[in-house]
Amino acid sequence: MELALQIRGLEKTYGNGFKALKGIDLDVKQGDFFALLGPNGAGKSTTLGIVTSLVNKTNGSVSVFGHNIDTDLTNAKLCMGIVPQEFNFNFFEKVEDIVVTQAGYYGIPSSIAKERAEHYLKSLGLWDKRDNRARQLSGGMKRRLMIARALVHNPKLLILDEPTAGVDIELRRSMWEFLTKINEEGTTIILTTHYLEEAESLCRNIAIIDQGEIIQNSSMKSLLAKLNNETFILDLDQDLKSLPDLDDLEARLVDEHTLEVDLPKGHGLNSVFTQLTAQKIAVLSMRNKANRLEELFVELVENKGAKL
Amino acid sequence: MNGNLLWVAFSTIVVKEVRRFTRIWVQTLIPPAITMTLYFIIFGNLVGSRIGEMDGFDYMQFIVPGLIMMSVITNSYGNVVSSFFGTKFQRNIEELLVAPVPNWVILAGYVIGGVARGLAVGFIVTLLSLFFTDLTLAHPFVTLSILFLTAVVFSLGGFINAIYANSFDDIAVVPTFILTPLTYLGGVFYSISLLPEFWQGVSQLNPILYMVNTFRYGILGVSDINVAFAFGMIMLFIAVLGGFSLHLLNTGKGIRS
Ligand SMILES: Nc1ncnc2c1ncn2[C@@H]1O[C@H](COP(=O)(O)OP(=O)(O)O)[C@@H](O)[C@H]1O
Ligand SMILES: [Mg+2]
Repeated sequence: MELALQIRGLEKTYGNGFKALKGIDLDVKQGDFFALLGPNGAGKSTTLGIVTSLVNKTNGSVSVFGHNIDTDLTNAKLCMGIVPQEFNFNFFEKVEDIVVTQAGYYGIPSSIAKERAEHYLKSLGLWDKRDNRARQLSGGMKRRLMIARALVHNPKLLILDEPTAGVDIELRRSMWEFLTKINEEGTTIILTTHYLEEAESLCRNIAIIDQGEIIQNSSMKSLLAKLNNETFILDLDQDLKSLPDLDDLEARLVDEHTLEVDLPKGHGLNSVFTQLTAQKIAVLSMRNKANRLEELFVELVENKGAKL
Repeated sequence: MNGNLLWVAFSTIVVKEVRRFTRIWVQTLIPPAITMTLYFIIFGNLVGSRIGEMDGFDYMQFIVPGLIMMSVITNSYGNVVSSFFGTKFQRNIEELLVAPVPNWVILAGYVIGGVARGLAVGFIVTLLSLFFTDLTLAHPFVTLSILFLTAVVFSLGGFINAIYANSFDDIAVVPTFILTPLTYLGGVFYSISLLPEFWQGVSQLNPILYMVNTFRYGILGVSDINVAFAFGMIMLFIAVLGGFSLHLLNTGKGIRS
């Protein structure tokens, strides 16, 4: 299947020498609802900025629905719409004009642009506000205005950078519903967030980015399973040729006498020791494996706790 | 994008630009009307009647073309510099950057927006001048084309200024320290034949002199300078400033990190 977004070896060094992206790879399938999760400063906006031509990349390649942004930028741009993290419309323009003008930039004649603007402003609950100046809208309305603007050329890929930051719970739910609906109708969606809960309730696939590196890229399910596991490192009294039999527990030999075992949280260690003892393998020492994902997860959860 | 789509994108920018300066008409259209009316009354009527003739015309007739040109220069420059800087500052330039609009269309849209304001103000000032003097066009084609081309030159200048500007102060520096002096010394109020020979030579390095004098030639039929040379010089300015503006846009100077 064609990928909605393919990123390879993407690097970004800002003018001040700061290395915001250290070579990331990312695949987003067509039709996906994809989350890019990471703490503040991880490089989420930088990544999306490069994809949407707002930031110059230092190295690497980006393709949108097979259109490389270096060689086929116009077609890549036609495929995607972006809802940026910060409000970036003209505060003095009227709501409807903002959406219609954006359509014009895509070459959509004004009669069609007006129909589209009406359609999206209605479905986002902004039609009553069409003659208001953008600055008169509430925060949640401003965010929805940017969604309408991003959709006016009917892109196949909608990219949202922290769409629900600063939006109250109720509005957040209705925005989630809207996004789920257009995803079901076929629009691929990528959103960034630093709320795990948001990613969890919306997205099928997820990448986790931290300090300019992708540290996890999987389905939401397997991420949750992974977060639910603890990894222990066991030092053994003898060299093993092959993995001892541990029922259905996930285990690996790091070297001949070091075994790593993944245990679901709350599973208990007794069964591991029982089975090893039965195979005449003694454990000399044991420690908990420090896991960057785990640490990050804790950090994200703490963040969330602090914000709610 | 094909020609049709480019045309839609271009006219969208122009319409947005015209909507901007007409929305804030109290800041954009009224001040030059008031200033120029004062010039007409004070310099043209009161002081002008004591000055007598300039290049064979009464003083009011002499300064009207210069003052129209001065309004066109100031307003086309001012429109693009403040609009494009505002677009950068509020970050709604991103609306254009994410869309498939080629840079030359962005540039052309903003420039024509500036030309529209310059010509709108020029038209208002011309109407006002009719209360003070009669205008006949000696060379209508020269008059209109020099007006248009001058507005293009200064719209481009405003665009470059906006790209380099980091603060609202930066957009006031060039108009205050360069544009206004050059305009006042560009033969708006006097014929350079009044100057000592040395200062005549210095004045000839001032591009605005050629624009003002060519415009005056279009209306009155007399000029201190060679009109064909003036057109050539203006075309050169447009090519150089336009090319440089495009280069800045292509590299993302000031708008893409
Ligand atoms: N224009 C810039 N110049 C220098 N550093 C920047 C710039 N923009 C972002 N950064 C830095 O790059 C890192 C990643 O930023 P960003 O992509 O905005 O993170 P996120 O969106 O994940 O919060 C941060 O450390 C940020 O300070
Ligand atoms: Mg961000």
